[in-house]
Amino acid sequence: MTMKLIVIGAGMASGRALEHLFDADPDAYDVTLFNAEPRGNYNRIMLSPVLSGEKTYDEILTHDDAWYEENGVTCRFGEKIVAIDRDAKTVTADNGDVLPYDKLLFGTGSNPFMIPLPGHDLEGVIAYRDLEDTERMMSMGPDNKVVVIGGGLLGLEAAAGMAARGVNVTVVHIMGHLMERQLDEAAGYLLRKALMDKNITVKCSANSKEIVGENGQVKALMLDDGTELPCDLLVMAVGIRPNVKLAQDAGLAVGKGIHVDDQMLTSDENVLAVGECVEHNGALFGLVAPLYDQAKVVAKTLLGEDAAFVQKSLSTKLKVTGCDLFSAGDFADGEGREDIVFRDPARGVYKRLVLEENKVVGAVFYGDTADSNWFFGLIQSGEDVSEMRDTLIFGPAYQGGAALDPMAAVAALPDDAEICGCNGVSKGDIVAAINGGATDLAAVRATTKASGSCGTCTGLVEQVLGVTLGDDFVIPAAASMCGCTDLTHEDVRRMIKSRELKSMQAVFQELGWKTSCGCHVCRPALNFYLLADWPVEYQDDPQSRFINERKHANIQKDGTYSVVPRMWGGMTTPKELRAIADAAEKYNVPTVHVTGGQRIDLLGVRGEDLPAIWRDLNAAGMVSGHAYAKGLRTVKTCVGKDHCRFGTQDSTGLGIQIEKKLWGSWTPHKVKLAVSGCPRNCAEATCKDIGVVCVDSGYQIGVAGAAGMDVKETERLADVATEEEALEYITAFMQLYRENAKYLDRPYKWVAKVGLDWVKEQVFDEATRTGLIARFEFSQSIYQKDPWAEEAKKAEEKYEPIADFKLEAAE
Amino acid sequence: MSSDWIDIGALEDIPARGARVVKTAMGCVAVFRTGADEVFALENSCPHKGGPLSEGIVHGNKVTCPLHNWVFSLETGEAQGADEGTVPTYPARIDSGRVLLEHSFLQSRMAAE
Repeated sequence: MTMKLIVIGAGMASGRALEHLFDADPDAYDVTLFNAEPRGNYNRIMLSPVLSGEKTYDEILTHDDAWYEENGVTCRFGEKIVAIDRDAKTVTADNGDVLPYDKLLFGTGSNPFMIPLPGHDLEGVIAYRDLEDTERMMSMGPDNKVVVIGGGLLGLEAAAGMAARGVNVTVVHIMGHLMERQLDEAAGYLLRKALMDKNITVKCSANSKEIVGENGQVKALMLDDGTELPCDLLVMAVGIRPNVKLAQDAGLAVGKGIHVDDQMLTSDENVLAVGECVEHNGALFGLVAPLYDQAKVVAKTLLGEDAAFVQKSLSTKLKVTGCDLFSAGDFADGEGREDIVFRDPARGVYKRLVLEENKVVGAVFYGDTADSNWFFGLIQSGEDVSEMRDTLIFGPAYQGGAALDPMAAVAALPDDAEICGCNGVSKGDIVAAINGGATDLAAVRATTKASGSCGTCTGLVEQVLGVTLGDDFVIPAAASMCGCTDLTHEDVRRMIKSRELKSMQAVFQELGWKTSCGCHVCRPALNFYLLADWPVEYQDDPQSRFINERKHANIQKDGTYSVVPRMWGGMTTPKELRAIADAAEKYNVPTVHVTGGQRIDLLGVRGEDLPAIWRDLNAAGMVSGHAYAKGLRTVKTCVGKDHCRFGTQDSTGLGIQIEKKLWGSWTPHKVKLAVSGCPRNCAEATCKDIGVVCVDSGYQIGVAGAAGMDVKETERLADVATEEEALEYITAFMQLYRENAKYLDRPYKWVAKVGLDWVKEQVFDEATRTGLIARFEFSQSIYQKDPWAEEAKKAEEKYEPIADFKLEAAE
Repeated sequence: MSSDWIDIGALEDIPARGARVVKTAMGCVAVFRTGADEVFALENSCPHKGGPLSEGIVHGNKVTCPLHNWVFSLETGEAQGADEGTVPTYPARIDSGRVLLEHSFLQSRMAAE
């Protein structure tokens, strides 16, 4: 006897299940298909090509009327099921019809999640889910502005589809990089770049606050930083929720989705579920591959055959023309996991493989996904790749035969293979130069220009040298920044400027970093270089700073902190001293010490007390002394001519002016200054990074002194007549140091490298000096702020434990 | 959510590539969040000189102690490179955006007094 099967939902999963069922046994079931949408099954994942105009609706239709008729399916499209009686095995349709079933299949799919922002119910706020939404987006044109909330797969496809129609699109994404579930930061960076090339504005780390409307119609999206993004249509593509309402009402076991076992049976043996509405072993499903696997199992279970659904690793491709992107498997860092990273900055290619126990477990590719299926195969098969490890990242074309080493790979390159993309130098050119007598890197660079521009092919050029010269050539170990790169600090600084690299990810990608997110050596240096060169464009990254600069206090050996308020030019008042004394008592500060930089150090403050003690000191008018910073520390002074019988100038006054001008600036290393009122030099200005000695005729400015691990007298930079000129020269020197020195070089080390003559040339040239000062002042307009006030205001909780179980223990 | 695990806070309360501490009667436990949004719980104290590991720079699945730059694996707690030492590691996981530590572990840290 033919059994009755009722299917709720005509989607891709249930549609595929029916196909398998009819293929195996066309007569087993009499099928009735309900669908709330007034149409049958279409290929929902092809909505994006419909949106961008690359396909039409007819082309993405999976089952047409003829198909349903041929297979004897009773279609009830545009109709909903309102109730299920599992004991009687009947369903009730919204027109009141009661239909009996032997087997019931849920394919209710999912609902788009709408963020309950104020204004989310305005006209013109839509999801991206079905044909109606797609048509709505297709009605937008070059005169329209659209905001898409959500930088995941769906949101970006929506954005790109509309941008292809000339619409002015802005994507607002809450996370730090796009598609964070499928991509690592490096690939996210490249994707963002490509989308921006398509005239899509991308805002990451952006929090939506409110949707603004006018006459019930959406007008703009307001972000929590106050930015207002005008729009005619707002698309929310922030995720989906399994549609479980009906199943829940029917009393089936439901978690996040409808619970199913390996046979796709729900908690009722006559009820099955498939697709985005199910939850299997705690997992939900949004991509098509596992849904099709489930559909196969559903068909077999319905026919009483053995089958089990097994979750497999998934791969993702973005359907945006011109963005070649692929990700698969698990690419989180982990113990025993190794990365193989390949970057080709010239072509915008990034490839990363994650290996564990000699197997490929994850892959992220951007820019070149030609071999992605081969790599996905390796992930799924779990094949041991140790034999081909060295050349694995180059893909299947390089495998087979004897294991290759990178030198052999270079040896195998044809003569016309391009080695240096910047200068168009082929392997043959380099070999010719080597045979002509250029036997080291510098000589090859001088003769052919290879590796002379961006420098990322340096390793390749060295390998060509090695292959050509054999044992005569030893690849030199250059003093690279750290293990993440072969480039030196100087190379990196130069390229950050010349190639306008304005984010950490830009540096990693364009300069071919070998790790995915740097290390504790390169990140603090890069953070400084980027903020010094791009004060507006670059966002300071606290997580790339040493703890002292992150917590704005000096960590001590027992994990407590020291707090040092600024005392301008070493001057203080009874009121300030009283406030310091009060704070010291209030927070049980065990040690109060007078520093060599003429201020007071409160040692032994507990981390969680920092914001409170800062607030107290702020209230008395004091700001952070930056005693923890690679930045301006102190300007030490003597009392000068106001009190001292030998004083020639107002040294304290000048010291205060200098400190007020320079404080808050970040520098490659700490910077300490002093101003002495006469050559007796009570402020010890001649062993400072910058020191001024006042004389009758004016001011002698010395630089590059040291009184630490090395002791060195300052060298004279300039003699000037006025305070104003002294300030100018000192500011220009600071900025020159900020723009050029290697991270963690004090000025004396840097000056020793570049030479005092060069420094003088720069600061004495009026145009250069003015430029330096302007850039310094510009940077100060952003960075000269009291971190204590800022931190006490906005980030107090980060100084406290996330949880405290000590309290409970005491009970 | 299983009762064997205790919710200590939201994942977003811990900065990416950063850490927060959980106070217990037997000292602080550092809960790290990596750039790839994994969480790890370790003793907060460096075996070298007791530096607070929660304050270190997190890179990949490693942390660098802020006092003397010892680098530890967040997963095994083992010192990397030439340094020798191990930091105890504890079970931690994420569920629906919440960070969970094991109940029995926290219990054992309370029973000390």
